[in-house]
Amino acid sequence: MTTQLVVDKPGVLASIQDLGRFGYRRFGVPQSGVLQPDFAKIANVLAGNPEDTAVIEFLLTGPTFHLANGSLRLAIAGDCYVKLTRHGDRRMFRAWRSINLQAGDFLEIGNVLSGKAGYIAISGGFDLVPVMGSHATYLRAGFGGLDGNPLRAGTILPLKSKSATKGSNFFLPTPPLAELPSSHQESIDRFGPATIHVILGPQDDYFTEKALRDFFHGVYTVTRESDRMGSRLEGPVLTHRPDMSSEIISDGMVPGAIQVPGNGAPIVMLADGPTVGGYPKIATVISTDLPKLAVMTPGSMITFEEVTLEEAEARLQATKERLTALLATITPLPQISEPF
Amino acid sequence: MRVRFLNMGDSALILELGDHIDHSLTSRVVALDQTLRSEQAKGHLPGFIEAVPTYRSLTVIFNPLILPRAILKTRLLVLLEEIDNARDQTVRCWLLPVCYSSEYGPDLETIAAAKGLTAEEVICLHSNHSYTVYMIGFLPGFPYMGNLDPALHMPRRSQPRIRVPVGSVAIAGAQTAIYPWESPGGWQLLGRCPLPLFNAHRSQPTLLAQGDRVQFESISSDHFRFLVDAVQDGSLDMTRFQTGEVTA
Repeated sequence: MTTQLVVDKPGVLASIQDLGRFGYRRFGVPQSGVLQPDFAKIANVLAGNPEDTAVIEFLLTGPTFHLANGSLRLAIAGDCYVKLTRHGDRRMFRAWRSINLQAGDFLEIGNVLSGKAGYIAISGGFDLVPVMGSHATYLRAGFGGLDGNPLRAGTILPLKSKSATKGSNFFLPTPPLAELPSSHQESIDRFGPATIHVILGPQDDYFTEKALRDFFHGVYTVTRESDRMGSRLEGPVLTHRPDMSSEIISDGMVPGAIQVPGNGAPIVMLADGPTVGGYPKIATVISTDLPKLAVMTPGSMITFEEVTLEEAEARLQATKERLTALLATITPLPQISEPF
Repeated sequence: MRVRFLNMGDSALILELGDHIDHSLTSRVVALDQTLRSEQAKGHLPGFIEAVPTYRSLTVIFNPLILPRAILKTRLLVLLEEIDNARDQTVRCWLLPVCYSSEYGPDLETIAAAKGLTAEEVICLHSNHSYTVYMIGFLPGFPYMGNLDPALHMPRRSQPRIRVPVGSVAIAGAQTAIYPWESPGGWQLLGRCPLPLFNAHRSQPTLLAQGDRVQFESISSDHFRFLVDAVQDGSLDMTRFQTGEVTA
């Protein structure tokens, strides 16, 4: 019998993503892929998949599903609760674990409580044809994942695995919650705005001394106009030097680059961000801090702090080691913790 | 200007060959990019991920934990010495239809007023001109073309539009382009082209390539709608818009 996982409610902009599409920036194709790669890897390892398997990324509100046929195992990573309904009995538990579904089960993923991204990995992965080498959905151009579409009510997910994995489920005993930003005023009052580390440039010489001072001393707020393309910030206006243009000859961009158009409001490029751009980039967020910024909800506050390339590379190495150590803590779930 | 390196975060490096728009700079960028890709294909550059060739620079994306920045820089300078910047390329020529009107080009009148021209003169200056595709980027298949007639040079809008319609033909500075997708954008809009510029399922996904020559043909809104329908039902043969090849 075919396993049929059906989407009942799609949540907010849930889409299939992997670790990104590489090698096509020359055609203007952004890398896309998950905003929070470490969480996607955790979900995959919990589900028994290779770390780079395609997953469902959901933002703010999780999707709900029912399993029409067969059985399957999936895993959820993110700061949210999950409700499972079986034969009319409903159980609620934290994410950061795998779960076996039987035919007739209903699964509801709740709101993301800190940050905005959560991930669902299905054991065995999705049965999809990669586009330009990747399963990442690029919504703007309509390709990748489910033919370039987000999850919709009624979508039947194309699955590779035909049945649930045997044996214990797995869980992550110490979820990486402290690294998640929160938009709650209370948390900002207590801890202050989150610090985002940057490397200066490539076009910091296009800005006035005052703009550079304001950039590092001011507080910036993530606005509602932020999406997978970029995080638009509100805060001190950054003025371009009067003897320089507020535009450059359009030049290469990468996720993390902070473009400042003529209005002086910085935009941090994210996974779906354009491959080139014509506004000067005052600084670039370091690789390890980009996921933190990418999953911030509107209203979150940040300050920028400069680091050297050496420090950024050391943080990259340390973060990689921390994830390896964290993944190694994933353990079988005691039978007593099973919801049914 | 001397060749220089700029850091874009910890995992990208820009090699800038100049600070202006110039065919000879772009062909050096293209040659360096090709050399770098063949190095990658031979497995000579572990940690190199991909490069983005632009008008006058090459952005190199790499994993600094595998490929140290200093080694990458040295390698790029050696490759730059080696490239032959005089080689001839065969490029394709295109005649692309554009419906210029204030409905499809909401900035047409603004451009005319700012430049002391009539809308008809703006259309004439924009369409009666051969452009070079300097790079593809920003969005899938977005062709950056130049050089625009100096009488039409306009800055980008200081407040970019949240939504620019698909097919919009736009100008900014010395550049002109067609938006292949609906997207945010800061360029000034003067018309619309009905042709699809990108197909994710082709091995060469973009209609235009770096180096191609493009001219525009002003069409009526009836003809525009006819072509939009032909694109939709798949009956449009794109090669009819290609007018030939030249050796550049």
